[in-house]
Amino acid sequence: MAAAEIDVKYVAHLARVALTPDEEKKLAAQLGGILGYIEKLKKLDVTNVEPTAHAVPLVNVTRADETRPSLPHDDALHNAPKQAGGLFIVPKIVE
Amino acid sequence: MLNQLAISELAAKLATREVSAREITQSCLDQIARVDGQIHAFISHDSPDALAQADAADKLLSNGGASLPLLGIPIAVKDVLAVKNQPLNCGSKILGKFISPYDATAIEKLKAAGAIVFGRLNMDEFAMGSSTENSAFGATRNPWDVTRIPGGSSGGSAAAVAAEECIASLGSDTGGSIRQPAALCGCVGLKPTYGRISRYGLVAFASSLDQIGPFTKNVSDAATLLGVLSGVDPRDSTSVPVPVPDYSAALDGKIKGLKLGLPKEYMIGGLDPEVKAAVDAAVKQYEKLGAEIVEISLPHTDYAVATYYIIATAEASANLARFDGIRYGARVDGADPIELYSKTRGSGFGPEVKRRIILGTYVLSSGYYDAYYLRAQKVRTLIRNDFLKAFETVDAIVTPTTPTAAFKIGEKSDDPLQMYLSDIFTISCNLAGICGISLPCGFTKNPKLPIGLQLLGKPFGEEALLKLAHAYEQNIGWHKEKPPLTAGA
Repeated sequence: MAAAEIDVKYVAHLARVALTPDEEKKLAAQLGGILGYIEKLKKLDVTNVEPTAHAVPLVNVTRADETRPSLPHDDALHNAPKQAGGLFIVPKIVE
Repeated sequence: MLNQLAISELAAKLATREVSAREITQSCLDQIARVDGQIHAFISHDSPDALAQADAADKLLSNGGASLPLLGIPIAVKDVLAVKNQPLNCGSKILGKFISPYDATAIEKLKAAGAIVFGRLNMDEFAMGSSTENSAFGATRNPWDVTRIPGGSSGGSAAAVAAEECIASLGSDTGGSIRQPAALCGCVGLKPTYGRISRYGLVAFASSLDQIGPFTKNVSDAATLLGVLSGVDPRDSTSVPVPVPDYSAALDGKIKGLKLGLPKEYMIGGLDPEVKAAVDAAVKQYEKLGAEIVEISLPHTDYAVATYYIIATAEASANLARFDGIRYGARVDGADPIELYSKTRGSGFGPEVKRRIILGTYVLSSGYYDAYYLRAQKVRTLIRNDFLKAFETVDAIVTPTTPTAAFKIGEKSDDPLQMYLSDIFTISCNLAGICGISLPCGFTKNPKLPIGLQLLGKPFGEEALLKLAHAYEQNIGWHKEKPPLTAGA
Protein backbone atom coordinates (compact mmCIF):
# COMPACT_ATOMS: atom_id res chain seq x y z
CA MET A 1 0.00 0.00 0.00
CA ALA A 2 2.29 2.75 -1.19
CA ALA A 3 -0.19 5.48 -0.37
CA ALA A 4 1.87 8.50 -1.31
CA GLU A 5 2.86 7.16 -4.71
CA ILE A 6 -0.45 7.36 -6.54
CA ASP A 7 0.27 8.24 -10.17
CA VAL A 8 -2.77 10.40 -10.84
CA LYS A 9 -1.98 10.88 -14.52
CA TYR A 10 -1.81 7.14 -15.15
CA VAL A 11 -4.95 6.31 -13.12
CA ALA A 12 -6.86 9.15 -14.82
CA HIS A 13 -5.92 7.60 -18.15
CA LEU A 14 -7.25 4.22 -16.99
CA ALA A 15 -10.47 5.97 -15.90
CA ARG A 16 -10.72 7.94 -19.18
CA VAL A 17 -10.95 11.28 -17.40
CA ALA A 18 -8.95 14.18 -18.87
CA LEU A 19 -7.46 16.32 -16.09
CA THR A 20 -5.76 19.70 -16.23
CA PRO A 21 -2.26 19.91 -14.65
CA ASP A 22 -3.83 21.85 -11.75
CA GLU A 23 -6.43 19.15 -11.16
CA GLU A 24 -3.70 16.49 -11.20
CA LYS A 25 -1.71 18.33 -8.57
CA LYS A 26 -4.69 18.97 -6.31
CA LEU A 27 -5.96 15.39 -6.63
CA ALA A 28 -2.54 13.91 -5.85
CA ALA A 29 -2.46 15.79 -2.55
CA GLN A 30 -6.08 15.03 -1.61
CA LEU A 31 -5.89 11.37 -2.58
CA GLY A 32 -2.64 11.03 -0.65
CA GLY A 33 -4.51 12.17 2.47
CA ILE A 34 -7.48 9.88 1.85
CA LEU A 35 -5.26 6.86 1.12
CA GLY A 36 -3.30 7.62 4.28
CA TYR A 37 -6.55 7.45 6.25
CA ILE A 38 -7.58 4.21 4.52
CA GLU A 39 -4.29 2.62 5.62
CA LYS A 40 -5.92 1.94 8.99
CA LEU A 41 -7.60 -1.13 7.49
CA LYS A 42 -4.16 -2.76 7.41
CA LYS A 43 -4.24 -2.99 11.19
CA LEU A 44 -7.09 -5.50 11.15
CA ASP A 45 -6.54 -9.22 10.93
CA VAL A 46 -8.79 -10.50 8.14
CA THR A 47 -7.37 -14.01 7.92
CA ASN A 48 -10.17 -16.51 7.24
CA VAL A 49 -12.78 -13.74 6.83
CA GLU A 50 -14.99 -14.17 3.77
CA PRO A 51 -15.51 -11.00 1.70
CA THR A 52 -19.02 -9.52 1.53
CA ALA A 53 -20.00 -8.42 -1.98
CA HIS A 54 -23.67 -7.91 -1.18
CA ALA A 55 -25.35 -7.64 2.21
CA VAL A 56 -28.30 -9.80 1.21
CA PRO A 57 -26.85 -12.49 -1.05
CA LEU A 58 -29.28 -13.96 -3.56
CA VAL A 59 -28.15 -16.61 -6.00
CA ASN A 60 -29.37 -17.70 -9.41
CA VAL A 61 -31.88 -14.90 -9.91
CA THR A 62 -33.11 -15.64 -13.40
CA ARG A 63 -36.17 -15.01 -15.51
CA ALA A 64 -37.86 -17.21 -18.07
CA ASP A 65 -35.95 -17.21 -21.36
CA GLU A 66 -38.73 -15.63 -23.38
CA THR A 67 -38.82 -12.67 -25.72
CA ARG A 68 -40.62 -9.61 -24.36
CA PRO A 69 -41.01 -5.99 -25.35
CA SER A 70 -37.96 -3.77 -24.91
CA LEU A 71 -37.30 -0.04 -25.15
CA PRO A 72 -38.49 1.17 -28.58
CA HIS A 73 -35.64 1.96 -31.00
CA ASP A 74 -36.49 5.67 -31.26
CA ASP A 75 -36.67 6.05 -27.47
CA ALA A 76 -33.24 4.43 -27.10
CA LEU A 77 -31.73 6.87 -29.60
CA HIS A 78 -33.61 9.90 -28.39
CA ASN A 79 -30.88 11.11 -26.00
CA ALA A 80 -27.90 10.37 -28.29
CA PRO A 81 -25.53 13.31 -28.87
CA LYS A 82 -25.13 12.20 -32.51
CA GLN A 83 -27.24 9.73 -34.45
CA ALA A 84 -28.22 8.94 -38.01
CA GLY A 85 -30.05 6.14 -39.78
CA GLY A 86 -31.06 4.53 -36.49
CA LEU A 87 -27.43 4.31 -35.28
CA PHE A 88 -25.14 6.10 -32.83
CA ILE A 89 -22.46 8.12 -34.66
CA VAL A 90 -18.94 7.67 -33.19
CA PRO A 91 -15.44 8.69 -34.30
CA LYS A 92 -13.66 6.39 -36.73
CA ILE A 93 -12.27 3.34 -34.91
CA VAL A 94 -10.53 1.36 -37.71
CA GLU A 95 -8.79 2.73 -40.76
CA MET B 1 -52.18 26.15 4.19
CA LEU B 2 -52.55 22.71 2.65
CA ASN B 3 -48.85 22.35 1.86
CA GLN B 4 -48.18 22.31 5.63
CA LEU B 5 -50.17 19.13 6.20
CA ALA B 6 -49.02 15.50 6.23
CA ILE B 7 -50.24 12.67 3.98
CA SER B 8 -52.49 11.23 6.70
CA GLU B 9 -54.26 14.59 7.21
CA LEU B 10 -54.63 15.33 3.50
CA ALA B 11 -55.90 11.85 2.65
CA ALA B 12 -58.80 12.33 5.09
CA LYS B 13 -59.66 15.74 3.61
CA LEU B 14 -59.45 14.42 0.05
CA ALA B 15 -61.66 11.44 0.85
CA THR B 16 -64.46 13.72 2.10
CA ARG B 17 -63.88 16.12 -0.84
CA GLU B 18 -63.19 18.89 1.67
CA VAL B 19 -60.16 19.79 -0.45
CA SER B 20 -59.09 18.95 -4.00
CA ALA B 21 -55.82 17.57 -5.28
CA ARG B 22 -55.54 20.73 -7.38
CA GLU B 23 -55.73 22.93 -4.28
CA ILE B 24 -53.05 20.88 -2.52
CA THR B 25 -50.79 20.92 -5.58
CA GLN B 26 -51.32 24.64 -6.09
CA SER B 27 -50.39 25.34 -2.46
CA CYS B 28 -47.10 23.45 -2.95
CA LEU B 29 -46.39 25.34 -6.19
CA ASP B 30 -47.16 28.64 -4.42
CA GLN B 31 -44.76 27.74 -1.63
CA ILE B 32 -42.06 26.92 -4.19
CA ALA B 33 -42.62 30.33 -5.81
CA ARG B 34 -42.41 31.97 -2.38
CA VAL B 35 -39.37 30.28 -0.81
CA ASP B 36 -37.39 28.28 -3.35
CA GLY B 37 -35.44 31.33 -4.48
CA GLN B 38 -33.82 31.20 -1.03
CA ILE B 39 -33.63 27.40 -0.65
CA HIS B 40 -33.00 26.12 -4.19
CA ALA B 41 -34.32 22.64 -3.39
CA PHE B 42 -35.65 22.20 -6.92
CA ILE B 43 -33.52 22.07 -10.06
CA SER B 44 -36.71 22.31 -12.09
CA HIS B 45 -40.41 21.58 -11.87
CA ASP B 46 -43.23 21.42 -14.41
CA SER B 47 -46.25 23.20 -12.88
CA PRO B 48 -48.72 22.57 -15.73
CA ASP B 49 -47.89 18.84 -15.66
CA ALA B 50 -48.32 18.69 -11.86
CA LEU B 51 -51.69 20.43 -12.09
CA ALA B 52 -52.79 18.13 -14.92
CA GLN B 53 -51.95 15.12 -12.70
CA ALA B 54 -53.91 16.79 -9.88
CA ASP B 55 -56.95 17.22 -12.12
CA ALA B 56 -56.76 13.55 -13.08
CA ALA B 57 -56.64 12.65 -9.37
CA ASP B 58 -59.67 14.87 -8.66
CA LYS B 59 -61.56 13.14 -11.45
CA LEU B 60 -60.78 9.75 -9.90
CA LEU B 61 -61.87 11.04 -6.49
CA SER B 62 -65.19 12.34 -7.78
CA ASN B 63 -65.79 8.97 -9.45
CA GLY B 64 -65.49 7.33 -6.05
CA GLY B 65 -62.13 5.68 -6.68
CA ALA B 66 -60.52 7.05 -3.54
CA SER B 67 -59.01 3.86 -2.15
CA LEU B 68 -55.51 4.58 -3.49
CA PRO B 69 -53.14 5.37 -0.60
CA LEU B 70 -51.50 8.43 -2.19
CA LEU B 71 -54.28 9.70 -4.44
CA GLY B 72 -53.84 13.45 -4.94
CA ILE B 73 -50.65 13.76 -2.82
CA PRO B 74 -47.80 15.79 -4.45
CA ILE B 75 -44.48 14.00 -4.04
CA ALA B 76 -41.23 15.42 -5.39
CA VAL B 77 -38.28 13.34 -6.60
CA LYS B 78 -34.50 13.48 -6.26
CA ASP B 79 -32.80 14.08 -9.61
CA VAL B 80 -31.39 10.54 -9.60
CA LEU B 81 -34.64 8.66 -10.35
CA ALA B 82 -36.05 8.21 -13.84
CA VAL B 83 -39.49 9.75 -14.40
CA LYS B 84 -40.75 9.21 -17.93
CA ASN B 85 -40.54 12.31 -20.16
CA GLN B 86 -38.89 14.37 -17.42
CA PRO B 87 -35.27 15.56 -17.33
CA LEU B 88 -32.71 13.53 -15.36
CA ASN B 89 -29.33 15.05 -14.58
CA CYS B 90 -28.08 13.60 -11.28
CA GLY B 91 -26.96 17.11 -10.39
CA SER B 92 -24.36 16.85 -13.19
CA LYS B 93 -23.51 18.57 -16.46
CA ILE B 94 -22.59 15.30 -18.14
CA LEU B 95 -26.17 14.17 -18.83
CA GLY B 96 -26.83 17.27 -20.92
CA LYS B 97 -30.47 17.47 -21.94
CA PHE B 98 -31.30 13.88 -20.99
CA ILE B 99 -35.01 13.02 -20.88
CA SER B 100 -35.96 9.71 -19.19
CA PRO B 101 -37.50 7.22 -21.60
CA TYR B 102 -39.14 5.20 -18.81
CA ASP B 103 -40.27 5.28 -15.18
CA ALA B 104 -38.22 3.82 -12.33
CA THR B 105 -40.11 1.05 -10.51
CA ALA B 106 -40.42 3.29 -7.43
CA ILE B 107 -41.99 5.98 -9.63
CA GLU B 108 -44.34 3.48 -11.26
CA LYS B 109 -45.47 2.45 -7.79
CA LEU B 110 -46.02 6.06 -6.66
CA LYS B 111 -48.09 6.75 -9.78
CA ALA B 112 -50.08 3.54 -9.36
CA ALA B 113 -50.84 4.63 -5.77
CA GLY B 114 -52.27 7.91 -7.12
CA ALA B 115 -49.44 10.31 -6.23
CA ILE B 116 -48.73 13.49 -8.16
CA VAL B 117 -45.07 12.95 -9.06
CA PHE B 118 -43.38 16.26 -9.78
CA GLY B 119 -40.12 18.21 -9.72
CA ARG B 120 -36.43 17.41 -9.89
CA LEU B 121 -34.80 17.84 -6.47
CA ASN B 122 -31.22 19.05 -6.16
CA MET B 123 -28.45 16.73 -5.00
CA ASP B 124 -24.70 16.32 -4.84
CA GLU B 125 -23.53 15.27 -8.29
CA PHE B 126 -24.21 11.53 -8.72
CA ALA B 127 -25.13 11.43 -5.00
CA MET B 128 -21.48 11.99 -4.04
CA GLY B 129 -21.38 14.35 -1.12
CA SER B 130 -22.82 15.26 2.26
CA SER B 131 -23.82 18.89 1.72
CA THR B 132 -25.49 19.33 -1.71
CA GLU B 133 -22.72 21.79 -2.53
CA ASN B 134 -21.42 19.46 -5.29
CA SER B 135 -24.29 20.14 -7.69
CA ALA B 136 -23.70 21.54 -11.16
CA PHE B 137 -26.95 23.46 -10.59
CA GLY B 138 -25.74 25.34 -7.49
CA ALA B 139 -26.00 24.59 -3.77
CA THR B 140 -29.21 23.97 -1.83
CA ARG B 141 -29.64 25.85 1.46
CA ASN B 142 -30.96 24.72 4.82
CA PRO B 143 -34.48 26.08 5.48
CA TRP B 144 -33.59 26.59 9.17
CA ASP B 145 -30.63 28.82 8.29
CA VAL B 146 -29.92 29.64 4.65
CA THR B 147 -26.21 30.22 5.36
CA ARG B 148 -25.92 26.49 6.17
CA ILE B 149 -25.93 23.28 4.18
CA PRO B 150 -29.03 21.05 4.15
CA GLY B 151 -26.91 17.90 4.24
CA GLY B 152 -26.54 15.54 1.33
CA SER B 153 -26.56 13.99 -0.99
CA SER B 154 -30.38 14.20 -0.98
CA GLY B 155 -30.26 17.81 0.28
CA GLY B 156 -32.99 19.00 -2.08
CA SER B 157 -35.34 16.20 -0.95
CA ALA B 158 -34.88 17.09 2.73
CA ALA B 159 -35.04 20.87 2.26
CA ALA B 160 -38.19 20.66 0.08
CA VAL B 161 -40.06 18.69 2.76
CA ALA B 162 -38.79 20.91 5.61
CA ALA B 163 -39.72 24.08 3.68
CA GLU B 164 -43.16 22.57 2.91
CA GLU B 165 -42.68 22.80 -0.87
CA CYS B 166 -44.03 19.26 -1.27
CA ILE B 167 -45.85 16.82 1.01
CA ALA B 168 -43.15 14.15 0.86
CA SER B 169 -40.19 13.32 -1.37
CA LEU B 170 -37.95 10.48 -2.50
CA GLY B 171 -34.22 10.30 -2.09
CA SER B 172 -31.47 7.70 -2.20
CA ASP B 173 -29.06 6.61 0.53
CA THR B 174 -25.64 5.07 -0.16
CA GLY B 175 -23.82 6.07 3.03
CA GLY B 176 -26.35 8.29 4.80
CA SER B 177 -27.71 10.42 1.97
CA ILE B 178 -31.30 10.18 3.25
CA ARG B 179 -30.76 10.07 7.02
CA GLN B 180 -28.10 12.79 7.27
CA PRO B 181 -30.03 15.54 5.37
CA ALA B 182 -33.27 14.50 7.14
CA ALA B 183 -31.48 15.06 10.47
CA LEU B 184 -30.02 18.41 9.45
CA CYS B 185 -33.33 19.71 8.03
CA GLY B 186 -35.57 18.30 10.78
CA CYS B 187 -37.68 15.79 8.89
CA VAL B 188 -38.09 12.02 8.90
CA GLY B 189 -35.83 10.07 6.52
CA LEU B 190 -35.94 6.30 6.08
CA LYS B 191 -33.30 4.07 4.48
CA PRO B 192 -34.88 0.67 4.02
CA THR B 193 -33.02 -2.64 4.13
CA TYR B 194 -30.93 -3.36 1.02
CA GLY B 195 -33.25 -5.11 -1.43
CA ARG B 196 -36.51 -3.84 0.12
CA ILE B 197 -37.21 -1.33 -2.71
CA SER B 198 -36.34 -1.99 -6.35
CA ARG B 199 -33.45 0.10 -7.69
CA TYR B 200 -34.61 -0.18 -11.30
CA GLY B 201 -34.49 3.35 -12.73
CA LEU B 202 -32.25 4.68 -9.94
CA VAL B 203 -28.98 5.89 -11.47
CA ALA B 204 -26.38 3.67 -9.80
CA PHE B 205 -23.64 5.13 -7.58
CA ALA B 206 -22.54 2.11 -5.52
CA SER B 207 -24.81 -0.77 -6.44
CA SER B 208 -24.24 -2.89 -3.33
CA LEU B 209 -25.05 0.05 -1.01
CA ASP B 210 -27.70 2.20 -2.77
CA GLN B 211 -31.31 2.20 -1.55
CA ILE B 212 -34.26 4.46 -2.36
CA GLY B 213 -36.28 5.85 0.55
CA PRO B 214 -38.82 8.49 1.59
CA PHE B 215 -38.55 11.90 3.28
CA THR B 216 -41.70 12.78 5.22
CA LYS B 217 -43.07 15.14 7.84
CA ASN B 218 -43.81 12.34 10.29
CA VAL B 219 -43.26 8.63 10.89
CA SER B 220 -46.78 7.60 9.88
CA ASP B 221 -46.22 9.04 6.38
CA ALA B 222 -42.90 7.16 6.14
CA ALA B 223 -44.76 3.91 6.89
CA THR B 224 -47.36 4.70 4.20
CA LEU B 225 -44.71 5.40 1.58
CA LEU B 226 -42.59 2.37 2.50
CA GLY B 227 -45.64 0.16 2.01
CA VAL B 228 -46.21 1.63 -1.46
CA LEU B 229 -42.57 1.46 -2.57
CA SER B 230 -41.54 -1.98 -1.25
CA GLY B 231 -41.54 -5.33 -2.97
CA VAL B 232 -39.57 -7.62 -5.23
CA ASP B 233 -39.13 -6.54 -8.86
CA PRO B 234 -38.03 -8.82 -11.71
CA ARG B 235 -36.14 -5.84 -13.18
CA ASP B 236 -33.83 -5.61 -10.13
CA SER B 237 -32.21 -8.95 -9.38
CA THR B 238 -31.06 -7.65 -5.97
CA SER B 239 -34.58 -6.87 -4.77
CA VAL B 240 -35.54 -9.46 -2.17
CA PRO B 241 -38.74 -11.53 -2.19
CA VAL B 242 -39.71 -10.83 1.42
CA PRO B 243 -43.46 -10.17 1.92
CA VAL B 244 -44.46 -6.53 2.44
CA PRO B 245 -46.29 -6.15 5.77
CA ASP B 246 -48.78 -3.41 6.68
CA TYR B 247 -46.24 -0.97 8.10
CA SER B 248 -48.92 1.46 9.30
CA ALA B 249 -50.46 -1.29 11.45
CA ALA B 250 -47.17 -1.51 13.38
CA LEU B 251 -47.57 2.06 14.70
CA ASP B 252 -49.44 1.08 17.86
CA GLY B 253 -47.21 2.71 20.47
CA LYS B 254 -46.54 -0.62 22.13
CA ILE B 255 -42.82 -0.51 22.75
CA LYS B 256 -42.82 -1.80 26.30
CA GLY B 257 -40.16 -4.48 26.67
CA LEU B 258 -38.43 -3.72 23.36
CA LYS B 259 -34.68 -3.63 23.73
CA LEU B 260 -32.68 -0.68 22.40
CA GLY B 261 -28.92 -1.00 22.01
CA LEU B 262 -26.63 1.92 22.75
CA PRO B 263 -23.27 1.37 21.00
CA LYS B 264 -20.45 2.62 23.17
CA GLU B 265 -18.28 3.28 20.10
CA TYR B 266 -20.65 6.04 18.91
CA MET B 267 -20.00 8.37 21.83
CA ILE B 268 -16.82 9.64 20.20
CA GLY B 269 -14.75 12.77 20.41
CA GLY B 270 -16.09 15.27 17.89
CA LEU B 271 -19.67 14.58 18.95
CA ASP B 272 -21.20 17.98 19.64
CA PRO B 273 -22.31 18.34 23.31
CA GLU B 274 -25.77 19.61 22.32
CA VAL B 275 -26.25 16.65 19.97
CA LYS B 276 -25.12 14.27 22.70
CA ALA B 277 -27.50 15.87 25.22
CA ALA B 278 -30.45 15.58 22.81
CA VAL B 279 -29.73 11.91 22.10
CA ASP B 280 -29.24 11.16 25.81
CA ALA B 281 -32.63 12.79 26.51
CA ALA B 282 -34.27 10.71 23.76
CA VAL B 283 -32.81 7.53 25.27
CA LYS B 284 -34.22 8.53 28.67
CA GLN B 285 -37.58 9.12 27.01
CA TYR B 286 -37.50 5.63 25.53
CA GLU B 287 -36.82 4.23 28.99
CA LYS B 288 -39.83 6.15 30.30
CA LEU B 289 -41.95 4.67 27.53
CA GLY B 290 -41.02 1.20 28.67
CA ALA B 291 -38.14 0.27 26.36
CA GLU B 292 -35.11 -1.41 27.86
CA ILE B 293 -31.74 0.22 27.15
CA VAL B 294 -28.75 -2.08 26.77
CA GLU B 295 -25.17 -1.02 26.17
CA ILE B 296 -23.76 -2.84 23.16
CA SER B 297 -20.48 -2.90 21.26
CA LEU B 298 -19.91 -2.54 17.51
CA PRO B 299 -16.13 -2.99 17.69
CA HIS B 300 -15.36 -2.31 14.01
CA THR B 301 -17.13 1.07 13.88
CA ASP B 302 -13.85 2.94 13.55
CA TYR B 303 -13.12 1.17 10.24
CA ALA B 304 -16.45 1.94 8.56
CA VAL B 305 -15.55 5.20 6.82
CA ALA B 306 -12.33 3.77 5.33
CA THR B 307 -14.14 0.61 4.20
CA TYR B 308 -16.94 2.64 2.67
CA TYR B 309 -14.65 4.93 0.67
CA ILE B 310 -12.96 1.93 -0.92
CA ILE B 311 -16.11 -0.04 -1.75
CA ALA B 312 -18.27 2.92 -2.79
CA THR B 313 -15.62 4.51 -5.00
CA ALA B 314 -14.70 1.17 -6.60
CA GLU B 315 -18.33 0.50 -7.51
CA ALA B 316 -18.80 4.10 -8.65
CA SER B 317 -15.79 3.96 -10.96
CA ALA B 318 -17.38 0.98 -12.72
CA ASN B 319 -20.95 2.34 -12.71
CA LEU B 320 -19.98 5.74 -14.04
CA ALA B 321 -18.07 4.25 -16.97
CA ARG B 322 -21.36 4.41 -18.89
CA PHE B 323 -21.18 8.21 -19.05
CA ASP B 324 -18.90 8.29 -22.06
CA GLY B 325 -20.62 10.67 -24.49
CA ILE B 326 -21.68 7.93 -26.91
CA ARG B 327 -25.27 6.93 -26.25
CA TYR B 328 -26.63 9.86 -24.25
CA GLY B 329 -25.72 13.09 -22.57
CA ALA B 330 -23.20 15.75 -23.49
CA ARG B 331 -20.28 14.93 -25.81
CA VAL B 332 -16.94 16.64 -26.37
CA ASP B 333 -15.48 15.46 -29.67
CA GLY B 334 -12.02 13.91 -29.94
CA ALA B 335 -9.80 12.54 -32.69
CA ASP B 336 -10.49 8.96 -31.59
CA PRO B 337 -12.92 7.30 -29.17
CA ILE B 338 -10.50 7.37 -26.22
CA GLU B 339 -9.93 11.09 -26.59
CA LEU B 340 -13.69 11.61 -26.92
CA TYR B 341 -14.33 9.66 -23.69
CA SER B 342 -11.61 11.46 -21.74
CA LYS B 343 -12.58 14.95 -22.88
CA THR B 344 -16.29 14.31 -22.38
CA ARG B 345 -15.75 12.96 -18.86
CA GLY B 346 -13.08 15.54 -17.99
CA SER B 347 -15.42 18.42 -18.78
CA GLY B 348 -18.71 16.77 -17.76
CA PHE B 349 -17.87 15.55 -14.24
CA GLY B 350 -17.34 17.87 -11.27
CA PRO B 351 -14.35 17.70 -8.86
CA GLU B 352 -15.85 15.31 -6.27
CA VAL B 353 -16.98 12.83 -8.91
CA LYS B 354 -13.55 12.89 -10.56
CA ARG B 355 -11.90 12.41 -7.17
CA ARG B 356 -14.01 9.33 -6.45
CA ILE B 357 -13.67 7.84 -9.93
CA ILE B 358 -9.87 8.17 -9.71
CA LEU B 359 -9.78 6.69 -6.20
CA GLY B 360 -12.10 3.85 -7.23
CA THR B 361 -10.07 3.11 -10.34
CA TYR B 362 -6.90 3.09 -8.27
CA VAL B 363 -8.17 0.66 -5.60
CA LEU B 364 -9.31 -1.72 -8.33
CA SER B 365 -6.18 -1.41 -10.46
CA SER B 366 -3.72 -4.20 -11.02
CA GLY B 367 -1.53 -4.82 -7.97
CA TYR B 368 -3.79 -2.95 -5.53
CA TYR B 369 -7.02 -4.95 -5.74
CA ASP B 370 -6.18 -7.37 -2.91
CA ALA B 371 -4.67 -4.72 -0.68
CA TYR B 372 -7.63 -2.35 -0.92
CA TYR B 373 -10.83 -3.69 -2.43
CA LEU B 374 -10.69 -7.31 -1.28
CA ARG B 375 -9.53 -6.29 2.19
CA ALA B 376 -12.37 -3.74 2.43
CA GLN B 377 -14.90 -6.40 1.49
CA LYS B 378 -13.56 -8.59 4.29
CA VAL B 379 -13.78 -5.75 6.79
CA ARG B 380 -17.33 -5.24 5.54
CA THR B 381 -18.06 -8.77 6.71
CA LEU B 382 -16.70 -7.91 10.17
CA ILE B 383 -18.86 -4.77 10.31
CA ARG B 384 -21.96 -6.70 9.25
CA ASN B 385 -21.23 -9.42 11.82
CA ASP B 386 -21.00 -6.77 14.57
CA PHE B 387 -24.58 -5.75 13.79
CA LEU B 388 -25.96 -9.26 13.43
CA LYS B 389 -24.43 -10.16 16.79
CA ALA B 390 -25.93 -7.06 18.42
CA PHE B 391 -29.35 -7.86 16.98
CA GLU B 392 -29.25 -11.21 18.78
CA THR B 393 -29.86 -9.25 21.99
CA VAL B 394 -31.53 -5.96 20.92
CA ASP B 395 -34.49 -5.03 18.69
CA ALA B 396 -32.93 -1.81 17.42
CA ILE B 397 -29.88 0.38 17.92
CA VAL B 398 -30.05 4.06 18.84
CA THR B 399 -27.39 6.64 17.87
CA PRO B 400 -27.04 10.26 16.82
CA THR B 401 -27.59 10.61 13.04
CA THR B 402 -24.75 13.13 12.69
CA PRO B 403 -21.92 14.31 14.99
CA THR B 404 -22.98 17.98 14.64
CA ALA B 405 -25.92 20.07 13.43
CA ALA B 406 -25.79 21.65 9.94
CA PHE B 407 -22.47 23.31 9.16
CA LYS B 408 -21.88 26.48 7.15
CA ILE B 409 -21.83 26.48 3.36
CA GLY B 410 -18.18 26.25 2.27
CA GLU B 411 -16.93 25.13 5.68
CA LYS B 412 -15.77 21.66 4.58
CA SER B 413 -15.77 21.92 0.80
CA ASP B 414 -11.98 22.09 0.51
CA ASP B 415 -11.32 19.14 2.80
CA PRO B 416 -12.84 15.94 1.39
CA LEU B 417 -11.71 13.77 4.31
CA GLN B 418 -13.42 16.02 6.90
CA MET B 419 -16.56 15.96 4.76
CA TYR B 420 -16.42 12.13 4.62
CA LEU B 421 -16.09 11.93 8.40
CA SER B 422 -19.42 13.76 8.83
CA ASP B 423 -21.06 10.48 7.71
CA ILE B 424 -19.44 8.45 10.48
CA PHE B 425 -22.74 7.34 12.13
CA THR B 426 -24.70 6.54 8.97
CA ILE B 427 -22.20 4.62 6.82
CA SER B 428 -22.13 1.29 8.71
CA CYS B 429 -25.85 0.74 8.06
CA ASN B 430 -25.29 0.60 4.28
CA LEU B 431 -22.24 -1.65 4.61
CA ALA B 432 -24.27 -4.04 6.78
CA GLY B 433 -27.31 -3.75 4.50
CA ILE B 434 -29.68 -3.12 7.43
CA CYS B 435 -32.42 -0.47 7.74
CA GLY B 436 -32.20 2.92 9.43
CA ILE B 437 -34.34 5.96 10.12
CA SER B 438 -33.59 9.50 11.25
CA LEU B 439 -36.18 11.56 13.10
CA PRO B 440 -36.06 14.92 14.90
CA CYS B 441 -34.96 14.74 18.56
CA GLY B 442 -34.42 18.38 19.46
CA PHE B 443 -32.61 21.55 18.45
CA THR B 444 -29.39 23.36 19.14
CA LYS B 445 -29.96 26.62 21.02
CA ASN B 446 -28.23 29.36 19.12
CA PRO B 447 -28.75 29.21 16.23
CA LYS B 448 -31.77 26.92 16.37
CA LEU B 449 -30.91 23.94 14.18
CA PRO B 450 -32.48 20.46 14.08
CA ILE B 451 -30.81 17.43 15.65
CA GLY B 452 -31.49 13.91 14.36
CA LEU B 453 -31.91 10.65 16.23
CA GLN B 454 -30.96 7.53 14.28
CA LEU B 455 -32.55 4.14 14.88
CA LEU B 456 -31.00 1.12 13.14
CA GLY B 457 -32.97 -2.08 12.66
CA LYS B 458 -32.54 -5.70 11.67
CA PRO B 459 -32.58 -6.70 8.00
CA PHE B 460 -36.24 -6.30 6.97
CA GLY B 461 -36.99 -5.06 10.49
CA GLU B 462 -38.69 -1.85 9.32
CA GLU B 463 -41.84 -2.58 11.34
CA ALA B 464 -40.01 -2.48 14.69
CA LEU B 465 -38.05 0.56 13.55
CA LEU B 466 -41.17 2.52 12.57
CA LYS B 467 -42.98 1.43 15.73
CA LEU B 468 -40.15 2.74 17.90
CA ALA B 469 -39.79 5.97 15.91
CA HIS B 470 -43.53 6.63 15.99
CA ALA B 471 -43.84 6.03 19.76
CA TYR B 472 -41.11 8.60 20.47
CA GLU B 473 -42.40 11.13 17.95
CA GLN B 474 -45.98 11.04 19.24
CA ASN B 475 -44.76 11.41 22.79
CA ILE B 476 -42.43 14.34 22.18
CA GLY B 477 -43.73 16.15 19.11
CA TRP B 478 -40.50 17.68 17.78
CA HIS B 479 -41.85 17.11 14.27
CA LYS B 480 -44.35 19.91 14.80
CA GLU B 481 -41.60 22.55 14.91
CA LYS B 482 -41.29 24.46 11.61
CA PRO B 483 -38.47 26.54 10.15
CA PRO B 484 -39.14 30.30 10.57
CA LEU B 485 -39.02 30.75 6.80
CA THR B 486 -42.23 28.74 6.32
CA ALA B 487 -44.23 30.91 8.73
CA GLY B 488 -44.63 34.09 6.70
CA ALA B 489 -47.40 32.95 4.34
